[in-house]
Amino acid sequence: MKTEIKQMRFELQIIASWIEPGSKVLDLGCGEGELLYFLKKNKQVDGTGIERVESKVARCIEKGVPVLQGDINEEIQDYPDDTFDYVILSQTLQQVYEPAMLIQSQLRIGKKGIVSFPNFSCWNVRLQLLATGYAPITKQLPYEWYDTPNIRVITLKDFRKFSKEVGFKIIKEVAINTQNHDRSGGVIKFLPTLFATYGIFLIGKYGS
Amino acid sequence: MSEYIEHDKNNVTVGLVEKKSYTFAEPPNEMIMESGSRLGPVTIAYETCGQLNDDKSNAILICHALSGDSHVAGYYSEDDPKPGWWDIMVGPGKGIDTDKYFIVCSNILGSCIGSTGPCTYNPKTVEPYGLDFPVVTVGDMVKAQKALLDHFGIKKILSVIGGSIGGMQVLEWCVSYPEMVVSAIPLATTTRHSALAIAFNEVARQAIMADPNWNNGDYYSGAEPDLGLAVARMIGHITYLSDESMRIKFGRQLQDKSDISYNFDADFQVESYLRYQGAKFVQRFDANSFLYITKAADYYDLEKRHGNGSAVEAFSKTRAKFLVVSFTSDWLYPTYQSRTMVQAMKKNGLDVSFCEIEAEWGHDAFLLPSERLTALVKGFLERVYNENRN
Repeated sequence: MKTEIKQMRFELQIIASWIEPGSKVLDLGCGEGELLYFLKKNKQVDGTGIERVESKVARCIEKGVPVLQGDINEEIQDYPDDTFDYVILSQTLQQVYEPAMLIQSQLRIGKKGIVSFPNFSCWNVRLQLLATGYAPITKQLPYEWYDTPNIRVITLKDFRKFSKEVGFKIIKEVAINTQNHDRSGGVIKFLPTLFATYGIFLIGKYGS
Repeated sequence: MSEYIEHDKNNVTVGLVEKKSYTFAEPPNEMIMESGSRLGPVTIAYETCGQLNDDKSNAILICHALSGDSHVAGYYSEDDPKPGWWDIMVGPGKGIDTDKYFIVCSNILGSCIGSTGPCTYNPKTVEPYGLDFPVVTVGDMVKAQKALLDHFGIKKILSVIGGSIGGMQVLEWCVSYPEMVVSAIPLATTTRHSALAIAFNEVARQAIMADPNWNNGDYYSGAEPDLGLAVARMIGHITYLSDESMRIKFGRQLQDKSDISYNFDADFQVESYLRYQGAKFVQRFDANSFLYITKAADYYDLEKRHGNGSAVEAFSKTRAKFLVVSFTSDWLYPTYQSRTMVQAMKKNGLDVSFCEIEAEWGHDAFLLPSERLTALVKGFLERVYNENRN
């Protein structure tokens, strides 16, 4: 299990550690299903993914991970309330057109949500903009402004503010710094808004 | 479908197979059809590949489409020119692995390739049934398959797999015998025909019925409605292809000539192809079976039959794990129809996977070699096989 978990992105390793064994999980934008595969094997999780790209969908099914090919904003609509224990949105929020609506749907069909995104207030992002005057390009956000799928820039503080405006609860948050193609990293306790490359939030509904 | 059947590129085959048959529903215990009429005795032609394991937990049922038969894989003899219709998918180490699973494929009720249908003898009149054959539904086809599996003593089917009308049988299995079906793979199919699909079937049927040789279905002692059946098949073929595949395959190319002939010969390759397919089809298929099976497909309405018009209610009866697959260029059963059934499955909290495969070959794509489809089927079956053992 230890070696397998190390093969996943560090951020997914943290998310995996938050999931209770035997729970029901939906992974929005699950890619090739590495998180779900890990959870199924090691935590007996009953998991499903949603993924847009056919080749990634195929990889999921080949390795035995149930997945639906489709758009997360549409596919999320069909599930009854509280179908899942956790609904995960890993590194996708920055690509979503209507984040408030998506997060509300996430918390409608799931008892809890997990959201992670690259932190745009990390020192290197700030420094690049200040020093060069160009839109920052980092390992976490490696695109030029004109070909990026990441239509939103989000900071840890932004997300906390957003939670108050939309009306959901942040149950737990972890800021991380990653190295080695995001495979390893550490939790940042000191000035996370400056030093974290990613933020991971466990969210829930008020009154539950 | 048969025009695609070729020998396996790598010579991997399940080897020799045998066409067998099972007869049941002997009078007075005839099979009660969905329409209320009685039919008996009923013979079902079938083929099996692989070995049924001791606890009978590795059985897979493959349901064929309109013109298919029980010969799903392998060869009937050493010098057989062609293997079964899904030999690319069924065999040792293939998508449906005959080293691992026990595969059953039977000819559908109402067909003409070994199972009871309008061209078989009516024991009451000692003549072929013709139009005296009762109307067959997808539900009846499945009921006959169930009788065959009961005969094998199979209580649980690891997976029911099929495309097109075969896919309708798959869905029907899942709602009619939910306790038996562990998983299901409906390919390029729908819970009910669109007006477009019914329209094409109706034109095809009209072509048969307009042939004077058809003679209200009573033609078995004389000339058969070959022209009508050939035209029906030509129409079918158009719906199985796509604009894109026809453009790639034929374009406006001429057949064995450098210029158009200014008469009504088959100038274009596409005309020649359709004529050839039509002429070939009449040698192996019965016109009345074509009428009965297309009608069964048109009548099929899972929502109405099992859910008072609601797909969600219909699928609430099922327990199976699903792999639903559609193809981008399939205009006979477009992806939206697969998505509709997936949506209903999701609303019931069912375990469902869905993939839309990018393919230019239209509806026929499900029968063509596809590494993607093979890998999907293989991965899905492995999962359900392992989960079913735990």
